[in-house]
Amino acid sequence: MINAVGREIPEEILKLTGKEGYQGAKAKDNYEFTRGAAKIRAMVDPGRSKLAESIRDVLTKCGIRDGMTVSFHHHFREGDYVVNMVMEEIHKMGIKDLSICATSLGKAHDPIVPMIEDGTVTSIRSSGVRGKIGEAISTGKLKNLAVMCSHGGRVRAIESGEVHIDIAFIGAPSADEYGNLKANGGKSNCGVLSYAMADAQYADKVVAITDTLVPFPNVPASISMTNVDYVVVVDEIGNPAKIATGAAKPTTDMRKLRMADYCTQFVINTPYFKDGFSYQTGVGGASIASTISLAEEMEKRGIHMGFGVGGLTAPMCSLLERGLVDVLVDTQDFDLGAVESIQKHPDRHIEISASEYANPFNKGAYVNKLDFVILAALEVDVNFNCNVVVGSDGVITGAQGGHPDTAAGAKCTIVIAPLLQGRIPAVCTNVTTVTTPGETVDVIITDYGIAINPKRQDLMECMKDSKLPIRTIEELRDMAYSIVGEPDPVQFGDRVVGIIEGRDGTIMDVVREIKPYEFKD
Amino acid sequence: MEIKKAAMAGTLESSDAQVSVEPGTKGIELSIESSVIHQFGRQIKATVLETLNRLGVTDGKVTVVDKGALDCTLKARVECAVYRSNEVAENLPWGGVIR
Repeated sequence: MINAVGREIPEEILKLTGKEGYQGAKAKDNYEFTRGAAKIRAMVDPGRSKLAESIRDVLTKCGIRDGMTVSFHHHFREGDYVVNMVMEEIHKMGIKDLSICATSLGKAHDPIVPMIEDGTVTSIRSSGVRGKIGEAISTGKLKNLAVMCSHGGRVRAIESGEVHIDIAFIGAPSADEYGNLKANGGKSNCGVLSYAMADAQYADKVVAITDTLVPFPNVPASISMTNVDYVVVVDEIGNPAKIATGAAKPTTDMRKLRMADYCTQFVINTPYFKDGFSYQTGVGGASIASTISLAEEMEKRGIHMGFGVGGLTAPMCSLLERGLVDVLVDTQDFDLGAVESIQKHPDRHIEISASEYANPFNKGAYVNKLDFVILAALEVDVNFNCNVVVGSDGVITGAQGGHPDTAAGAKCTIVIAPLLQGRIPAVCTNVTTVTTPGETVDVIITDYGIAINPKRQDLMECMKDSKLPIRTIEELRDMAYSIVGEPDPVQFGDRVVGIIEGRDGTIMDVVREIKPYEFKD
Repeated sequence: MEIKKAAMAGTLESSDAQVSVEPGTKGIELSIESSVIHQFGRQIKATVLETLNRLGVTDGKVTVVDKGALDCTLKARVECAVYRSNEVAENLPWGGVIR
């Protein structure tokens, strides 16, 4: 079938996954369902300990066996040790046919590849995959389909029971022996444990892995003892230097500064820019620069932000320091500044769960309350569809993250992308893979001009007197093509190796196996 | 023109291309490696062949290692490599076969 973003979803994939094709951003509004549930083993005996001796010991206690689903969170980012530590032990035990349900997987997890090749891991669900796991999936090494989901979509899948986690492994910067877990107070702090909260509630067995055991009770806990079965103490759960790559330096790249300036000018010319507005931005150079320049305009005009959402960085947290925002709600910290901020301002910098952040299938998430979200993209097409997962070489190389969730929720979704990355145009006729549907994307800002989605005539009207270089999206594409030439579509093989899952659980697009490039004469 | 000896032009920097030429007798033996081959392989090949044709090169081994160069850069690197193989560094035909 052809779905609502014009992508062909093969019948056998619909049948295999039991899914529908994507039908539109609001097609599942009012959808009713009964939440899934975890199997709980009661802790009645006060004399029983939750401490396990080792990863091996806890795996045995949890009854690990072939075919199970294990879950992980990615707050330690490229400094994560937990996934590899657990998977190596599982591998040694000879367990096969596992599903990994991760919030994201990165280059730190390259050691998983041999486990994909030998059948230890046969399914992966993740926001995305970078590094060698992405290559392994794109070259057809994973037995089953990889599912790339948004952060909100992952929680939806877990809460609705579509995905059932047998054992959740939660890397906890500090824990007490009864399983009260905090994201701070340890050797390697990650700021928040938001993405692990659904896992803690919905997995049958929940294992906390920590390198800092503290006296009971470890409160206020991000994850409560009421959801934790076992606690394992190891030497190190992550490398703090890579958990956060340090405060991002303000960019000096003129292209990024120009895009940041366009973005700020655009924002302040919309009716949403008024006292109490809400805002989310990412970690890219242009996004951070636009936060910095927006803060100046806010000070100048005496406008302050009601709440900021993140994925947070030091520049967003500095708005809190300067009294320019009332409250920050946080699901992930991208730098040490953000990790420090949440400890320093527990009253105004608040940890929220991934479900509260972005889940389309609960009774209301923060993304629905956003005025602005500033995003990036690898590719945007003339229908405003964005690709943030598949690289220009056809290999899976990125993550959906909260991109489709925030785009769907915000009143004004702005995507910033330099028109050209080397020879690769960011604005094109057809994206390689659709991850975020164009109907949820309002504005594309490039260094060569700005395109407004034609369905947002209201925004076009607002910009009439702004002096901003407003173009059509086709004009931006043609400008790019006039410089680099028109790119050919990537030559894929036939086999579908993964799906891009819409945040509502439908299929947005499929990802096919790559094959070596062939010259056609 | 003839490729008289092995010569090279360009770098492996991003947005550049390194073009090497060697004498040959079996027509143009072209090998292309590119960081953007999936989307621009066809155009890179066409640009290189067009440039060689314009220079009247009919035989030789031509190796292109492309890092996302634009067509104008590719043309310049091919032209430079061919002229270097002829040890011509002065009185280049600007506006003639070099366009």
